[in-house]
Amino acid sequence: MAIAGTSDARRSLGFLSRDTLVKWAPLLVLLVLIAFFAVMEPRFLSIRNFARILIAATPALMIAVGVTFIIIMGSIDLSMEGTVSVCAVIFAFCFIWLGGTLASWAWLALPFALLVGAVLGFVNGLIHVKLKIPSFMASLAMGFVGTGLAMVMTGGDRIRIEDEAFRALLTVRWFNFPIMVYVAGLFLLIAWFIQTRTTLGRNFYAVGGGEALAHGSGLNVDRVRIMGFTLAGVFFAVGALLAVGRIGIAETATGNNFMFLSITAVVVGGTALWGGIGGVWNTLVGVLIVFVIGNGMVVIGLPGYIQDGVLGLLVILAVILSTDRKSISFVK
Amino acid sequence: MYQLNKVDKRFPGVHALKAVDFTIGRGEIVGLVGENGAGKSTLMKVIYGAYQPDGGTVTIDGTAVRFQNPRQAMDHGIGMVFQEQSLITNLTVMENIFLGFEQQFVRFGIINWKEMAAAARHQLKKVRLDIDPSTITAKLSFAQRQLVELAKVLTLEERIDGDLVILLDEPTSVLAKEEVELLFGLVRELTSRASFIFVSHRMDEVLDLSDRVYVMKDGEVVDVVTKADAQVDAIQRKMVGRDVDKEYYREQKQKPYDPAKTLVSFASVSLPGAYADISFDLHAGEVLCLVGTEGSGREAILRTVFGLEKPSHGTVAVKGAPYARRNAQEAVARGVGYVPRERKIEGIVNGMNVYENMTLSQMGNYASNGVLRIAEEKALARTWIDRLAIKTPDVYKDCGGLSGGNQQKVVLAKWRSAGSDVILLDHPTRGLDIGAKEDVYDMVREMCDDGAGIILVADTLEEAIGLSHTIIVLKDGEFQKRFDGSAGGKPSLFDLVHHMI
Repeated sequence: MAIAGTSDARRSLGFLSRDTLVKWAPLLVLLVLIAFFAVMEPRFLSIRNFARILIAATPALMIAVGVTFIIIMGSIDLSMEGTVSVCAVIFAFCFIWLGGTLASWAWLALPFALLVGAVLGFVNGLIHVKLKIPSFMASLAMGFVGTGLAMVMTGGDRIRIEDEAFRALLTVRWFNFPIMVYVAGLFLLIAWFIQTRTTLGRNFYAVGGGEALAHGSGLNVDRVRIMGFTLAGVFFAVGALLAVGRIGIAETATGNNFMFLSITAVVVGGTALWGGIGGVWNTLVGVLIVFVIGNGMVVIGLPGYIQDGVLGLLVILAVILSTDRKSISFVK
Repeated sequence: MYQLNKVDKRFPGVHALKAVDFTIGRGEIVGLVGENGAGKSTLMKVIYGAYQPDGGTVTIDGTAVRFQNPRQAMDHGIGMVFQEQSLITNLTVMENIFLGFEQQFVRFGIINWKEMAAAARHQLKKVRLDIDPSTITAKLSFAQRQLVELAKVLTLEERIDGDLVILLDEPTSVLAKEEVELLFGLVRELTSRASFIFVSHRMDEVLDLSDRVYVMKDGEVVDVVTKADAQVDAIQRKMVGRDVDKEYYREQKQKPYDPAKTLVSFASVSLPGAYADISFDLHAGEVLCLVGTEGSGREAILRTVFGLEKPSHGTVAVKGAPYARRNAQEAVARGVGYVPRERKIEGIVNGMNVYENMTLSQMGNYASNGVLRIAEEKALARTWIDRLAIKTPDVYKDCGGLSGGNQQKVVLAKWRSAGSDVILLDHPTRGLDIGAKEDVYDMVREMCDDGAGIILVADTLEEAIGLSHTIIVLKDGEFQKRFDGSAGGKPSLFDLVHHMI
């Protein structure tokens, strides 16, 4: 016992021990990237440019936060693209139908969109848990259903939201950053609160860390899973609202690309795909890494299509770093 | 013939082996004992090639060898029979036996299954196992699998010309008494061809089988005793560096239970395929021990009490009423706590810290409207860390990093702090060292004093006898006999074994 004690002490004291490295690697990568782009092109370091990065990142951040909870449980949710599209389109229809400005009853469209997200997530979780379909398959299929549904509702048209008050999300800036950044920040704090301070958040970690044990301790694992997917749906809806607020358009394509972006961000941020490890701050760092790379490559003049390749490599690198290969000999 | 000279092995922060000398002669059976963490498994891994020593030499018949991996060790006649079964359960017995060595049966890229089956049958005959080699391994019992493991290692006989060294890591932990006897008989016969290194927690078995016994403590060999000189007390003292309490099972603390207060009542309960017509009552302050061989229905009874199995006949009442929904949640709500055998899988959540693990089953008590009162959780954890002397630097320590005994204490603290008064213990001391076992025994007595009832499936018969008020002997799922185990009037080992087999 004494021997094990000292070894642990040494491990935590060691500046570059594995655990410390893995814990801080994502942040380190982010700082190195920022430094790299700043050296290549000093304009990168301007507040204007940071605002641009954050505006681009906020919808993806919300979606990535949603899926973080699912990944902590050791499952995966790939329904975000369909859910975002459906929420965006339903929000836009309701908003316009109820008056088309936040000053009217149309504000009700905001909570209604969140409710739609929750319902979609709930159904997603129900299919996964009750029909015992792997979350990967259930959510992927639900995503396609969502995309199709959005297409049916819009008939392929774009719906414009031109209400000044709603667009203030993007147009009004406090301290150089638009309101949507603060909104995203608020929801990030809510997510952090759920993660650390609620039984639900604790249950996510318990299910991800040892499902048999969580069950044996009397947790209703099925319920935790369904609530997790519901919660993820709500965050997807928040992401959808911010995405609509950013460009002022709701359409089937509103959800495009969010699957790769959000999963990449979660993994790059250091949340382990097998569950139990990570959290929303990891996801924040991951999202920033993804968008700093995207923005930085444009700023230094590299063609945008290289981004995807770089991001792909980054995902592999992140998984390499976060995996203790000594303890895992085979991967399926 | 096989020798380790001053072998050293270090891991970051741990000096796991300190200049270990180890010799095994032709046809010899050598025992290896020590507490958990004494370095037994590291030594084994060095011997069968999984680890490379940092210092010292390994010689076979005087020639220095260095194995890069277990396969190279096998080529020198060193084989390992693993403790946790290493067979791949979805493959057939013969595929497992020749896993990695199928080439001998391959003609033009195609495996000749008949030839492999014949060869496998030959191997199985060595261990007296009469099964079809094309059986899927998952269908075998634990004891049969253990013998297949041995048969697998014995393929070395044909493959290697020289002498063999075979390591047996806790081979008896899942075996019943008669199966152990069978295994020992086999091992003794096989000494004509192979030497054996036998690692076990069960001292009596080690002394029974081995010619010499190596005693390890803190990475060193502290003593080597021959069979003639071996004394259990002396060896245990060397292992722990202190005297083992004569009142090992805390019999002096055993108090009579309260027969007026029934916690769990089984009335003619049957679960097809597991047990039939079982009746008993568990009272407050009682330790009720289920005794039987592997597969006698002990675990299934625990699982039934915990609401995980639905019996076909009879009634199960917990505190006077049967379960309404019959699941783990309801059992926990009724005050039943389950300490399962697989601590790493079902006992503690790796990656969650001490207080999170402790409140896992009772989060509702530490939350208002779903928001956790973490300060209270930590206070609870600190109280129990003091009360049970859990060795952890603080409440934030990842439970996966605690030693087995301390993990077990966290699990027990989880149930007791939640007010559970029906505690189901499945091999609670399995894999624990002596000191940690004594702590568990103390806790069992304390729980009884608090009015809890305990259903125990013990690791050894001695433990069952020592701890229990009531012993129920099962055989093949059927009730055999009930013994009274009150302090002073305990049955003997022989009484129990007589009804078990």
